[in-house]
Amino acid sequence: MKRNLPIFAVLLVLLAAIALANPFFLEPAGFLAFVKRAAPLVILAAGQYFVIVSGEFDLSVGSLVTAEVVIAARLIDGNEDATWPVLVLLIGFGLLVGLVNGAVTTLLRVPSFITTLGTMLILTGAVFLWTGGAPVGALSQAFRVFGRDTLWAVLILLAVGVAAALLMRADFGRTLVATGDNERAAALSGVRVNRVRILAFVLSGLAAAVAGILLGGFAGVSAQVGQGLEFSAITAVVLGGVVLGGGRGSVVAAMAGALTLEALFTLLNLYGISGALEFTVQGVIIIAAVAAGAVRLPRIFTPRKGDARVAS
Amino acid sequence: MSTTGPRVAEASASPDGDGRTGSGGPRRLWTALDPTKVVYLALAAVIAIGWVLVALDGGAFLTTETIVGIQQRSAALGIVAVGQTLAILAGSLDLSVAYLISLSSLVAAEVMEAGSVPGGVAAVIGVSALVGLVNGLVITKLHVHAFIATLGVALIIKGVLDHLYDGPAGRVPESFQHLGYDRIGPIPVSALLWAAVAGVAWFLLAKSRYGYRVHAVGGDVEVARLSGIRTDRVVVVTHVLCSLCAGIAGLLLASRLGAGVPTVGTDGGYDLESIAAVVLGGTALAGGKGGVAGTVGGVLLLAVLDSVFNQLEVNSFFKDVVRGVVIVAAVALYARRRTS
Amino acid sequence: MSRRKTMVAMFALVALAGCTSDKPAATVTSSSAAPSSQAQASGTGEQSKFFDQADHDAQLAMRSQTPEGPADKPWEQAIAPEMTDTAQYKKDGPYHLCFSNAAVNNPWRQVGWKTMQAEVAEHEEISELTALDAEGKDDKQISDIAELQAKGCDALIISPNTTATLTPAVKGACEKLPVIVFDRGVETDCPVTFIKPIGGYAFGADGAEFLVEKVPAGGKVLALRILPGVDVLETRWSAAKLAFDKSGLEVVGVEFTDGDAAKTKSIVSDYIQRHGKIDGVWMDAGATAVAAVEAFEDAGRPVPPINGEDQQDFLQKWKDGDLTAIAPTYPTYQWRTPIIAALKILNGEQVPKTWNLPQPKITAETLDTYLKPNLPPLHYALCGCEDMPGFPEKWGGQK
Repeated sequence: MKRNLPIFAVLLVLLAAIALANPFFLEPAGFLAFVKRAAPLVILAAGQYFVIVSGEFDLSVGSLVTAEVVIAARLIDGNEDATWPVLVLLIGFGLLVGLVNGAVTTLLRVPSFITTLGTMLILTGAVFLWTGGAPVGALSQAFRVFGRDTLWAVLILLAVGVAAALLMRADFGRTLVATGDNERAAALSGVRVNRVRILAFVLSGLAAAVAGILLGGFAGVSAQVGQGLEFSAITAVVLGGVVLGGGRGSVVAAMAGALTLEALFTLLNLYGISGALEFTVQGVIIIAAVAAGAVRLPRIFTPRKGDARVAS
Repeated sequence: MSTTGPRVAEASASPDGDGRTGSGGPRRLWTALDPTKVVYLALAAVIAIGWVLVALDGGAFLTTETIVGIQQRSAALGIVAVGQTLAILAGSLDLSVAYLISLSSLVAAEVMEAGSVPGGVAAVIGVSALVGLVNGLVITKLHVHAFIATLGVALIIKGVLDHLYDGPAGRVPESFQHLGYDRIGPIPVSALLWAAVAGVAWFLLAKSRYGYRVHAVGGDVEVARLSGIRTDRVVVVTHVLCSLCAGIAGLLLASRLGAGVPTVGTDGGYDLESIAAVVLGGTALAGGKGGVAGTVGGVLLLAVLDSVFNQLEVNSFFKDVVRGVVIVAAVALYARRRTS
Repeated sequence: MSRRKTMVAMFALVALAGCTSDKPAATVTSSSAAPSSQAQASGTGEQSKFFDQADHDAQLAMRSQTPEGPADKPWEQAIAPEMTDTAQYKKDGPYHLCFSNAAVNNPWRQVGWKTMQAEVAEHEEISELTALDAEGKDDKQISDIAELQAKGCDALIISPNTTATLTPAVKGACEKLPVIVFDRGVETDCPVTFIKPIGGYAFGADGAEFLVEKVPAGGKVLALRILPGVDVLETRWSAAKLAFDKSGLEVVGVEFTDGDAAKTKSIVSDYIQRHGKIDGVWMDAGATAVAAVEAFEDAGRPVPPINGEDQQDFLQKWKDGDLTAIAPTYPTYQWRTPIIAALKILNGEQVPKTWNLPQPKITAETLDTYLKPNLPPLHYALCGCEDMPGFPEKWGGQK
């Protein structure tokens, strides 16, 4: 828990700064509106955390979010009765994409960076090939409510957060971290590393599906709803002190990282730095955050003892 | 520190198939082929299939215009990918190249508008070397993972671009535009520039001590360090070289476009596309294995695919699907070969 | 550094060797419009450096001129045309047309591209349309244009990705065959005709003038823009800025949305929170108008006067919510005109040198004519495609 402290401190400072500029932020409605807005990224960050802590990447989540929204609009096509079956199907699709990512990465031994880069290309291409270039159809009111209604969005976020935290406390969490930390040692102690990793990708796909449902609900059909979310999610996880390459960091901190990123955007907007130099500030902060974490742990850049590479 | 985690490292640390050539069934033959050969075989296959498909469609595939087009279209990506090969071989990667290309095109066009062509070239080399130096130092001295370090630097450059430019700026003199448009027979000058950059990189990797060190660092940092290599210095130099390549690509694009354009790098998707081309060319993303020859093949493969799609007027969404499948399938093949 | 030396040597070698050039003779003129320092006014900031007073005034004037041509086919109409002679291009059919398309990466271009294909299908004398998609890349479009010149096309249609950078390539093509440019322009008058709706100033002014009329004096207006620095969007904002500066309205914010619906909704929600009340919303493009409207709905406030565009989802929202709204347009029917122009040119008929298409705005009175059921939410109503074969299925709709 000690390692998590910095991110929570930063988050608190940012939230305080927002409240200073915008007192409405302190009222429940104002704060909950912020949480609702942050919910999709927080959920994506949780999903991305599972993959990153197991030593992999998932670059496909952004396009998966777009695909989910476009598929939902086409299949629901404004028909309220179709809402629940389509929701089930969307969740299933997210799980399936995760399964494919995981299987290709582990069984075919394709680096996950490449697997998920391929999935990203395939998903955006295929979904627009299917709809003829632009989204068609419409979402139903019952579908929109999850992302639009503050209470629903916050409840879903809480449920995902609690589930993710519990999962990391269970056996699965321990084996996942062990796999990311030292694959060979984990395998020797009886962990089925491939299965654990596939499950991590499946969880990331599930998170992307839920985030897609929330984002589609929040803002409606759009062809670029998921654009760039993969990098935002990875950035959020890293801000939370999770180490790329696997084996270190907590899921709660990763989600706090997403909240921090969202708070940072809000703050930059409030103080009018939006647009031009916003990205420069973001870039400096990301590097600084990781560097600050790394300086205490100077061995990040070198393989840890017992790594497959060193062992062989 | 590898971008892909230990599992891939293990795959690439497995014994290589080289040296087990000779008699035997198809399996032996298969393992005898290194990824570079595979990618050139695939290139030949794509050209043959493309030629048939285009002919069936009623067109002529290998006309001078298509051949020139393939080269013109792949030169900029090719040059970036050569630099990216160095970074990946050293166990790193560079996500900042796309924005650096935009920045370089603007620096080139603005300096050339104000004064001289050599001044513009020098300024681009200076700026890109500086960016590479920052990338390398952040990775080695601040111990930031290459993915985050170069992503952060990319964002910083993006912010600067957004702040300073709104639309195309500067102007490239006529004399410099020969670089982008002239050709000797069917070979454009831009392709010669790409060949030169690739040649230099090949020479560095194959014939110099630097090349040996890059492979060593990419293969295993700890072992490299223990055997007396100053690993940090190798990584920094590699990032400077990688950024220089991006700078050269920016110069080339400025000469093609006649001006600097703040979106030229991102529109071209040079960051992820160059990484895709490198791995398609058989270089292991974990570092240490592969080379420039494969990358050149990978870029050409993507360009020929593009050209076939262009000729057949396939829509761009279908293109994305095929590209995604080809990249994943190729890397799966290489991984299979390495472990078999 | 041996690398640099080698490269310099390569340059020298190449320069010495006799070589062919695919580069057109003339050079690029540097990017558009001189900066103009306009009077500052409340909240709208400095005038865009893309602003050009003469163009602005001309476009605003064009809005009230009656276009020439058949009233039921606005894509064949032209405002104040100055005809140019095309007898030199006359030849017998069938014709092979070529098209270098900047991209099909957004719903506007999708609708336009489908409409253009449908237009081609209506003409038997067109034997073939060869179209290359530059995927939003300047460099690819330059190669595409070069490649198309070798395809034996009778005429070349170009929709440029950016103005300045495509100019040399367009000039090169002009030397070989009749060229038709539409949507974005180029910095040369070598194309036989340049087809465009009235333009961005008219679009921006239409929306802003509506707000000036509907919002009570002193009211707070929020301006939402997609991106800075895009010429066709800068003109929209600069015209709106002029209109707001003259009015008694207070522009409380000018924000960039990246065209992202979620970001738009967040920004509008923030402004509602901060200012308590927003009395009008101006947008430089309609893609995220529905998200802006929903921000008011979700905050439990009445939706103030707003402008969108002719996308179905906004028109539907407008009707369902009985909004006080207007929809300036950048009509997708302009994708029909280049085909018609090409055939006229190859037939030796005169065409306008600059073909200014009418640019209608949808008002409360005309809303019902443009709102069609069963079309996709991101369909653009002014496609001029309602009577074409395959409508609405080809455009993603249902019978």
